[in-house]
Amino acid sequence: MNSNQSPLVLPLAALFVAFFVAPLIVLLALSLTADTAAWTAANYVKFFTDRFNYSILWDTLFLGLKATLVCLVFGYPIAWICARASARWQSVLIFLVILPVLTSVVVRTFAWIVILGRQGILNQVALGIGLTREPLRLLYSEPGVIMVLAQVQMPLMVLPILTVLTKLDPNLADASHVLGAGEWRTLWRVTLPLSLPGVIAGCILTYSACVTAFVTQTLIGGARLIYMPLNIYQQAIGANNWPFAAAISVIFMVAVLAVVALLAMMGRRSESYGGA
Amino acid sequence: MAAPKHSLDWEAISLCLVFGALAAVAILFLVGPTLIMLLTSFTPSQSLKFPPDGLSLRWYVALLDADQMQAAAWNSLVVAFWTTVFSVVLGTAAALGIARNRSVLARACDVLFMSPLLLPALAFGFAALIFIHKLGFAPSIPFLVLGHIVVCVPFVLRTTIAALSQLDPALLDASYSLGGGRLMTFRRVTLPLIAPGLAAGAFLAFMASFDNVPVSLFLADERTEVLPIHLWQQIETNLDVRTAAVSGLIVIFTLILMLLAERLAGLTRQMR
Repeated sequence: MNSNQSPLVLPLAALFVAFFVAPLIVLLALSLTADTAAWTAANYVKFFTDRFNYSILWDTLFLGLKATLVCLVFGYPIAWICARASARWQSVLIFLVILPVLTSVVVRTFAWIVILGRQGILNQVALGIGLTREPLRLLYSEPGVIMVLAQVQMPLMVLPILTVLTKLDPNLADASHVLGAGEWRTLWRVTLPLSLPGVIAGCILTYSACVTAFVTQTLIGGARLIYMPLNIYQQAIGANNWPFAAAISVIFMVAVLAVVALLAMMGRRSESYGGA
Repeated sequence: MAAPKHSLDWEAISLCLVFGALAAVAILFLVGPTLIMLLTSFTPSQSLKFPPDGLSLRWYVALLDADQMQAAAWNSLVVAFWTTVFSVVLGTAAALGIARNRSVLARACDVLFMSPLLLPALAFGFAALIFIHKLGFAPSIPFLVLGHIVVCVPFVLRTTIAALSQLDPALLDASYSLGGGRLMTFRRVTLPLIAPGLAAGAFLAFMASFDNVPVSLFLADERTEVLPIHLWQQIETNLDVRTAAVSGLIVIFTLILMLLAERLAGLTRQMR
């Protein structure tokens, strides 16, 4: 019966070929052209010979890594507690977790400007308790960007981990206790390894969302902290250099996909962990 | 629990404390900014200060005259509406073809349809702009909707495929053996059973479209400006308190929609 339903995939497949695959091919083709008509790798050479450009790529990939780690450190405990809560509390917790992800990113980032600004709450508190004499510069700094990215993308980390944790057989943890392992040891040797597929899935989603988070990066990072999305935007719209912007886009996509593929490979390995 | 019951299990307590503290900080961190933003939007003064000096609806009233903001909000709603309609129809059809189908082609389609979630959306937005430019068109609402469908349809697919894979095939066989045709079986058996998953997916797609910046950044121009882009520009140039009022409205609007989605489709159950 399923084979009869396969043609139902066609309309969406057609749309994706026409408006997703085709544009990406055109992007790739454009990136391989310059003023001359012939095919050339000049745009790529220009990117990798310019320190300014490749340091932006590096900064962006690292920014994603740091924000993902912060999400993991805070997100795992939420998922862990959520998985243990009663059904009612679980709904409340999930509701609180997805509330921010559904509130517009612009709005959430804007909220942080109110908090982090020179007259923001954090500075008022810091000045009030005498922690600092001058207002701290939290906006337009990398720690600020990481903090806000972590808040904005945290739900993407929590939900996949929660999915795996709720499916875990509680008998495994009990067995670990019976055999004399304490709570920490059980977490470290049983629960954590078994939930790795969820952790990896969460990391992949969080990472790809963090590196491409244009709004948060530009509003919190300001004009001085430049990451790849802003770089593409400036080259495309500001400098109107489409072939070079296309090349940056291709490099960015390949770099992000490489990190995602690496994580996915780790994920596949972690799935066999429990069965060994 | 096998730990000796007479003595306190310090390890269990310390684990609960550490994880409880981290989770509490994280929850505060997740919800706090939105609440602060909401309170700030009721300020009677000219500056964005927290806590506000008092409570007033002054800036909300000022929105009644904000023509550009209203036009942008209307564009966003129109685009999100059509994106959701097309995502639901195309996504449900594709989900029916993909779910429980183990062929290589179906797997490949699944990967293709999910890839917009992993690829930098901004790069896709730019690629789409180049593409329609090469075809000789200018950005317009239909193209904006097409771009949004590509990045929003994965949400519908994910929840619908999950709902379909929980559907007991015996129910479909029963319907067929009782003489129900394919259309009849879909309408009377499959659709009612997957409706909550479908509704949750539609809700997520709507919110994703309403909130989308990376694609709209390239596919919207001055005439078709959408709300997130307009707000982004407002915040970049002048921090206007009216922006806070719009943000407050978006928060309230989202909250109401979420409560509705929870009530009608069990949203939090679908997200697990």
